[in-house]
Amino acid sequence: MTFKDLNIISMKDFSRDTIDHILNTAEKLEPVARGLEKSDLLDGKVLSLLFFEPSTRTRMSFETAMIRLGGRVLNLGSVEASSIAKGESLADTIRVVEGYSDAIVLRHPKEGSAQMASELVSVPIINAGDGAGHHPTQTFLDLYTIRQESHLDGVKIAIAGDLKYGRTVHSLCYALSLYGAEITLVSPKELRLPDEIIYDLKKRNIKVTQTDSIEEAIRNIEVLYVTRIQKERFPDPAEYNKVASNLLITPQLLEKADPKLKIMHPLPRINEIDPRVDDTDHACYFNQSFYGVPVRMALLALVMGVLE
Amino acid sequence: MTPNKSPTQKRELRVRPIENGTVIDHIKAGQSLNVLRILGIPDSSEDVVSVVINASGEHGKKDVVKIENRELNVREVDKITLIAPNAVINIIRHFDVFEKKHVVIPQNIEGVVRCINPNCISNSSEPVTSKFTVTSAKGKIVLQCKYCERVITENIADRLL
Ligand SMILES: Nc1ncnc2c1ncn2[C@@H]1O[C@H](COP(=O)(O)OP(=O)(O)O)[C@@H](O)[C@H]1O
Ligand SMILES: [Zn+2]
Repeated sequence: MTFKDLNIISMKDFSRDTIDHILNTAEKLEPVARGLEKSDLLDGKVLSLLFFEPSTRTRMSFETAMIRLGGRVLNLGSVEASSIAKGESLADTIRVVEGYSDAIVLRHPKEGSAQMASELVSVPIINAGDGAGHHPTQTFLDLYTIRQESHLDGVKIAIAGDLKYGRTVHSLCYALSLYGAEITLVSPKELRLPDEIIYDLKKRNIKVTQTDSIEEAIRNIEVLYVTRIQKERFPDPAEYNKVASNLLITPQLLEKADPKLKIMHPLPRINEIDPRVDDTDHACYFNQSFYGVPVRMALLALVMGVLE
Repeated sequence: MTPNKSPTQKRELRVRPIENGTVIDHIKAGQSLNVLRILGIPDSSEDVVSVVINASGEHGKKDVVKIENRELNVREVDKITLIAPNAVINIIRHFDVFEKKHVVIPQNIEGVVRCINPNCISNSSEPVTSKFTVTSAKGKIVLQCKYCERVITENIADRLL
């Protein structure tokens, strides 16, 4: 498989071998991501960032990934200040920006926007979130984190929080199924993983268990992936408080866990994880957000054709 | 398909035989009105059309639509396939069945169906044609949007463009 000009739209486009290759490439670039080594791999290359929705981590990690590899970044800037505000279509914007860039990172509120963009231009499109659709670079960095901090093959992982609406969770479950993971899903009934996805996982012979008790799940896992529960999903604030406190990760809870257990969170966290957990060896959410840099460096270098 | 006419088919023929035109047979019972809608009948056509609803066929009930002086185009046939995957299209010339075609489920359709996801880019003001991959499971058509990946299995007739 050649990566040059490949679009990164959905995890479903990637086989395990391809994912492994991307993660291996990220590992080689990690010293550069940490600023320990210098690189000019992407010297002379230009990456455009088109974010039609707010982002801190994804946008900044793409920027730093590009800069660390010696490339330059163009930013759309705020939507209000651009011609989008004048009613320019995404289709036109993307074709204009193609002329300025070697690759385009796109975040847009509509599902399928990245797919449409990829049909219109010949530079690679990297999907940084299309509405409730996909966010594949997040999944790549999640997989990389699991691999570096624990192990990926057959990992025993619990995923807790909003499993219904969280787009990162759906792609992550799919990707984990390629690695024969044992998955425990922890959520209140209202926020369970959609049935189709569970059905899909079981069809791939993945062991999936559902529970609403984090205490039950914590005993026998190697990785705990916590996601944010959005207050807006609950009409009744009391209901939200009850659900949120049931899933709260505290030092007391962690006494029952394997000492090697790693806790991940895509961030931003609101109050899913007690700050006292940050100082334990379990916490790896800040490493996780750093790993976004080598992973995005790898993707950029591969799709721009400077690495094979 | 047996060459012998069964009694029901003879009874169908009590509808005036047509000299030239198309008979769409083996339409899933209840879908004939949607077939008419696809063909723009009666708005866009002066031709005489007869419809049989709930005729008994070899595999249970079916509908039949007979249109005089008209042969269907590929787009019309694609749409009919989605709501009546077992339909058989008979071209009638000089009162005889001149050609008989089983509809073939297309692998992909473009610009035929509107996505059910209101937040899909194909439902926005962007210049993009809806695209679906088509599969069938146990005689049921399953459409998956190429953009947002949402799946449509029910009431496809209501989503036709
Ligand atoms: N001249 C005609 N006028 C109207 N309907 C016809 C005519 N010839 C055949 N049909 C109808 O077209 C369909 C296909 O005809 P035929 O090939 O004879 O039957 P089958 O497909 O069941 O073997 C049947 O529903 C039949 O009633
Ligand atoms: Zn769609």
